[in-house]
Amino acid sequence: MGHRITTRTRASSIAGIIAVALIAVGLILPAFASRSLIQDLFFILTMLTLAQLWNLIAGFGGMVSVGQQAFVGIGAYAMFAGVILWGWDPVPAILLGGVAAFLLAIPMAFFAFRLAGAYFAIGTWVIAEVTRLVVAQWKTLGGGTGTSLPREATADIIGVETIARLFGLRDAAARDVLAYWLALALAVATLATIYALLRSRTGLALAAVRDNDNAARSVGVDAARVKWLVFLAAATMTGLVGALIYVQTARISPDAAFSVTNWTAYVIFIAVIGGIGRLEGPILGVLVFWGLQTAFADYGSWYLLALGLLAIATMLFAPRGLWGLIHDRTGIALFPVQRRLIGAKDG
Amino acid sequence: MTVLELTNVSKSFGALQVTDDVSFSVPRGQALGIIGPNGAGKSTLFNLITGNILPDAGAITLLGRDVTRSPAMDRVRMGVGRSFQIPQPFEGLTSFENLLAAAAYGQNKREAEVADQCVAILRDTELLPKANQLAGTLSLLDRKRLELARAMATGPELLLLDEIAGGLTEGECQALVATIKGLHGRGVTIIWIEHVLHALNSVVERLLVLDFGRVIGIGEPETIMASREVREIYLGMDV
Repeated sequence: MGHRITTRTRASSIAGIIAVALIAVGLILPAFASRSLIQDLFFILTMLTLAQLWNLIAGFGGMVSVGQQAFVGIGAYAMFAGVILWGWDPVPAILLGGVAAFLLAIPMAFFAFRLAGAYFAIGTWVIAEVTRLVVAQWKTLGGGTGTSLPREATADIIGVETIARLFGLRDAAARDVLAYWLALALAVATLATIYALLRSRTGLALAAVRDNDNAARSVGVDAARVKWLVFLAAATMTGLVGALIYVQTARISPDAAFSVTNWTAYVIFIAVIGGIGRLEGPILGVLVFWGLQTAFADYGSWYLLALGLLAIATMLFAPRGLWGLIHDRTGIALFPVQRRLIGAKDG
Repeated sequence: MTVLELTNVSKSFGALQVTDDVSFSVPRGQALGIIGPNGAGKSTLFNLITGNILPDAGAITLLGRDVTRSPAMDRVRMGVGRSFQIPQPFEGLTSFENLLAAAAYGQNKREAEVADQCVAILRDTELLPKANQLAGTLSLLDRKRLELARAMATGPELLLLDEIAGGLTEGECQALVATIKGLHGRGVTIIWIEHVLHALNSVVERLLVLDFGRVIGIGEPETIMASREVREIYLGMDV
């Protein structure tokens, strides 16, 4: 019929090449980067992954959760349980974090999916708080005050010795390199998975459900199934990220691991500033967030006030975020998902 | 063959009886019009047929299968397509993507398998020039066209149109009627709720009148329109 369908743009082809180059640079970076840069990048990559996952359920799925810290926390605690109670190596124990978050997400979705809009947001928050309170009762993992990974567990994490020898680093720095590589792998895997999902048939269903779930059902989309799928997948990945963050920190407490500020408010800030509902948004957002934090973190609560004002200003004047502004001006999409029909003739 | 059959279907919301012992059937290929004053229960009747709401009593049969309690999604896949009275496009998707989603899920096929159909439907409904435009930015006429196009994309045996001509200019209305006639000519069974009677009567072979949830008349349009009861109740005048 002389037409074709494509999601590709020239910018996306270039972005693909740049992405591959960046990943390659990211992989070999520990050979010459300073330890503090590696630590900063670890922070950026983990926050980016959390923001992409929140963006998936809220921006693409319309489920505005304020309870993602539940999955970070339960993931981190499951990893700690694996190490302290069962003597696992911390790195494979990260997988326990994913499993625990998945299991927690099932009852959470069961209750929260009965709520809509603001009620959904508050419901997820309440469930996260309840989870924090329950975990704080877990005496063998430090109860309310928390605990640290035992020295013998952190001393011989798989691969650390090899990295230390390879780059001539001390063990602590080698652990950071390992955590950084895992963070890079998780960030790339998350981005690639979400991108593939959005370009699949399920991506269309997700957008349809977000825009109008009544109409989505009337064209045969199983709205409930799509929501469950995305929510559980995002929770599982969030649990993995949480576990990884606490492998690097090596110290945990319920207040920190289930912190709504660190794992949800900052994450929402990143997605809002960068642009909700676009894969490019969190990437831009996390860089802005990191820059602000580096520059103003010493100003204490003024810093938080500034973040809040910036988020409000963005919502008022650029509701689709910084990337939304760029996209509107230039039409550039690095990770396009829109299926464009090209060359179809009328008549 | 009968596409749809309702037997003694009733539904009430609290004390309000919105569907009262309704029975009728639609043979394959027929176009049935439904008229009645506002609040007569027309849209509720559609929601009962699509499965968006379930009846309190009675039975609904689709293509010989009892679907009284079946979820809406199953009925779409069996071939019930519907348009909404107030257009409900997927605003963040383009016109083309709206159709792709409907076709891929309504027919349970891969996107690539249904793409050509979607292009053809866009062409039939004159939406092709706006294929890549976000549905949220379309005009009222185009939103109405998209409602029709999206319902068609699900591959319906039975197409339910809910006041698709309402709010359009005469010219726009005629264009839409031509499209619907084309569909009907291809053998699609249609049930059409409409207040714009001349549009409706230029397509349908049979007319059903609903008032206070009850069927007060069903038959050939000329006979129905001529009946005194219908004129009094529906048109509110004595002629």
